[in-house]
Amino acid sequence: MTSTVYDDRDGQEATGVPMRRIKFTINGDKKVAEVEPRLLLAHLIRQGLSLTGTHMGCDTTNCGACTVLVDGRAVKSCTMLAVQADGHEITTVEGMASASELHPLQEGFKEEHGLQCGFCTPGMMLSAKALLDANPDPTEEDVRWALSGNLCRCTGYQNIVKSVLWAAAKLRAQAPAGEAALADEPAPEPEA
Amino acid sequence: MTALDEIKIGGLGASRKRVEDNRFIRGKGNYTDDIVLPGMLHMEILRSPLAHARIVSIDTSKAWQIPGVHLVLTGEMMATRNLAWMPTLSYDTQAVLATDKVRFQGQEVACVIADDPYIAKDACEAIDVEYEPLPAIVNPEQAVAEGAPVIRDDKENQADNVIYHWEVGDAGGTERAFAQADKVSRLKLHYPRSHPSPIECCGSIADFNRATSKLTVYMTTQAPHIIRAAVALVAELPEHMIRIVSPDIGGGFGNKVPVYPGYVCSILASILLERPVKWIEDKSGNLISTGFARDIYLDGEVAMRKDGKILAVRMHCDADHGAFFSDAQPSKFKIGLLHSAFASYDIPVGHITARGTYSNKAPGGVAYRCSFRVTEAMFFQERMIQAAAHDLGMDQAEFRRINFVRDDQFPYRTPFGFLTDSGQYAKCLDIGLNAVGYTDFLKQRAEARARGRRLGIGISTMTEPLGAGNSREYDILGIKMFDSADLKVHMTGKAIVRTGARTQGQGHETTWAQIVAHELGIPAEDITVEEGDTDTAPFGMGTYASRSTPVAGAAVAMVSRKIRAKARKLAAHLLEVSEEDVEWELGRFYVRSAPDRGVTIQECAMAAYSNMPDGMEPGLENTAYYDPPNLTWPFAVYIVTVEVDPETGVWDVLNMVAVDDCGVRINPMIVEGQIMGGLTEAYAMSSMQFITFDADGNCVGSNYMDYLLPTAWETPGYELHSEVVTPSPHHPIGAKGIGECAAVGGPAAFVNAVMDAIDDTGVRNIDMPLLPDRVWEALTKRHDVSGAPPVRSD
Repeated sequence: MTSTVYDDRDGQEATGVPMRRIKFTINGDKKVAEVEPRLLLAHLIRQGLSLTGTHMGCDTTNCGACTVLVDGRAVKSCTMLAVQADGHEITTVEGMASASELHPLQEGFKEEHGLQCGFCTPGMMLSAKALLDANPDPTEEDVRWALSGNLCRCTGYQNIVKSVLWAAAKLRAQAPAGEAALADEPAPEPEA
Repeated sequence: MTALDEIKIGGLGASRKRVEDNRFIRGKGNYTDDIVLPGMLHMEILRSPLAHARIVSIDTSKAWQIPGVHLVLTGEMMATRNLAWMPTLSYDTQAVLATDKVRFQGQEVACVIADDPYIAKDACEAIDVEYEPLPAIVNPEQAVAEGAPVIRDDKENQADNVIYHWEVGDAGGTERAFAQADKVSRLKLHYPRSHPSPIECCGSIADFNRATSKLTVYMTTQAPHIIRAAVALVAELPEHMIRIVSPDIGGGFGNKVPVYPGYVCSILASILLERPVKWIEDKSGNLISTGFARDIYLDGEVAMRKDGKILAVRMHCDADHGAFFSDAQPSKFKIGLLHSAFASYDIPVGHITARGTYSNKAPGGVAYRCSFRVTEAMFFQERMIQAAAHDLGMDQAEFRRINFVRDDQFPYRTPFGFLTDSGQYAKCLDIGLNAVGYTDFLKQRAEARARGRRLGIGISTMTEPLGAGNSREYDILGIKMFDSADLKVHMTGKAIVRTGARTQGQGHETTWAQIVAHELGIPAEDITVEEGDTDTAPFGMGTYASRSTPVAGAAVAMVSRKIRAKARKLAAHLLEVSEEDVEWELGRFYVRSAPDRGVTIQECAMAAYSNMPDGMEPGLENTAYYDPPNLTWPFAVYIVTVEVDPETGVWDVLNMVAVDDCGVRINPMIVEGQIMGGLTEAYAMSSMQFITFDADGNCVGSNYMDYLLPTAWETPGYELHSEVVTPSPHHPIGAKGIGECAAVGGPAAFVNAVMDAIDDTGVRNIDMPLLPDRVWEALTKRHDVSGAPPVRSD
């Protein structure tokens, strides 16, 4: 049960904040939410859903700490309104591991020391997931390009790149023969 | 019984996977902004749009009327509680909320506490402030110009903008040495203002409980105990009623050492409202107002014999400290450890002078990934050395080799009073030159030059004083810079260790356990590490200036030894022999005459709770405070090769080799991670990352669109070398600091490489960052390029 309580200022209670009802899926669970139209998706995820693994770094779409997947595409959730998520499917870092098993990207980041303070890590892993879902066998250059919207101040990226390549190799090894070739979309070409 | 394999139990030298990763990779870290307390309100800060202006009036009435607003704080209200100003870490004062004037763009003017951050932001916009603009000062030259407005007219006896004059060394001896020189080489440069810019901004949640009188503050601080002391002294709250908790920190790099107005306001708001108040800074607030770094002007010269031997060095530094002198540094040193300059070289005599001035820029000079201004010192050292070698017509590697402090000279007293502890400088250089293929590269460079291509090679070395104290020389506002560790071994042989440091990505949760494993033979996985809560952690000065391993890490080793000493008594009791007959091997005591008869450390732990000898105090716990006898002195050589495009000024890194001698490596994987991170910040500073100001004091670099940080795309790869290990002679396990070395020594390697590529142009200096337009200007106009503010309009 939820309730919203306003201050009663001599009978002039706060009204007039228009709320919108949205439906979306997060990490496989279907949800309905009442949100202010100006609410950022990142805040819906962090406060409304208490999924605090999605971090806020810069508020201006530069750092990528808030990256989530929307219908499988990497999106910076600080620059998307919650209402825009209506009817869409969102994946956050909390949705990466299945039951007790880590996603190979999560394993890769630990194995290759791809994180230090951990603040950029969820966004970094989700950008990497969007890449690997589309391109299971990326080159180092592909990885660097795909992660170029995510800033890290601790690692210098070298180990992050290794982590992603580690995960790609593991995913390919796990995939049944031929499945990699049947990936949904062709690999995007680096634009550089 | 076979001896324990130290690597297998995660001891010294094991590249143990990090314990903290388990939560971070699942998104289960617990950063300040992740904490939600019942009844929590949200605070936002209104900042000044002007760099220098008198406040005519502040009208908050509209903000108060917005539903959901609980409190609007202004400087005037703070002043009634004597909190409009606070003391800084450098014996100055700093405005919490402005009362009389604003002194930099982004200064805190008012704050609003509301039900949610959106409402608080709305209310900030509803506050009406009338300003009367004043001329802005953005560099030291303007600060001391005749007729310059006095920025700190709030201070009695402050008639100008000068904060201090400071000097060290032997002026007369240096003068005499210069008189005898065959050659004098001079260099002037500006090390630009930078910002540590961790991805996580600063923030706090203050929670004052009227019923218990206890104030708990969750906050992004690298030094929770210093904050507790500061709150006790500034807010006049009893220290035992203050609990500072530093949860997971999303990067610090020095930015999270100082006390910021936002923290203070959230604390006062919580006391006034008796509810938890959360303040989370936005990125522009972080970049525009919190602890900057560098921003100093260096002008120096070296006196040389014609055979290349350096006879003396002298240097002057003009430091721009912003509107308040709130540098975080040991109190005795006005300009940090700038006098570590030239510590890599055997130079008989030298003299350094420094002058600090105010400006209309953000305050809070911090040790951004360096030990208090060592980055500036080492940058100047290596830029100067390259210029001098060039002036003498001497090979830059050979010139360094001739002047290095030799291995047999340690401990070595520098002309500015430091005692460097150990090192193998020439060996590191040889490894670096070999790795980069120095001779071959010089040939390639000459061939390329003949064809109009510009290749360059830059060398940098660094000798960094890491691990303040000792307590004789190092204190912050009188509090001595030691550190501490507390170790509790439970009856089943598992343990918890707590220190006064605070990890921000350095991996203490992993490495402190490795030190205990090394000292006691308890597997690292059986040891929990906890830091950051002043109610449970022993008093310590926190994590910055690469002091964790040199000081807190040493304390972990020392407390483990205390535990081992007690365990030895328990072992003697269990083995029914005298203590003198007991020998130690990793994880086990045994009878000297009968090595098969032994007890493990775990058995000793159980005995401490179940079977201690008569008269022995039960339990197996202890605390150690470690006051280091000296700083630790790591050394490194960084070599970069580049190609500069003469058409555009764009330069590409071809190769980067790093040879770091940081003594014994506790966890080689983590050490290498620290080096790669540092090299990337070095690349950032040399290539793109800086904050500057226009003539009106507007900050250029107040968001990530203007303040450029390298991404995975631009960042080069690095080749790391770990062959040279010179243990610190005074550190209990021979370790030295490492977290910052690459950020300290790296920038000069990149800049020297670019300067080497244009060494036929007569250009002596291009200020960092070496933006393509600056390099292009130097190449085509054949003059030095200054990056000092105000930004040019041409």
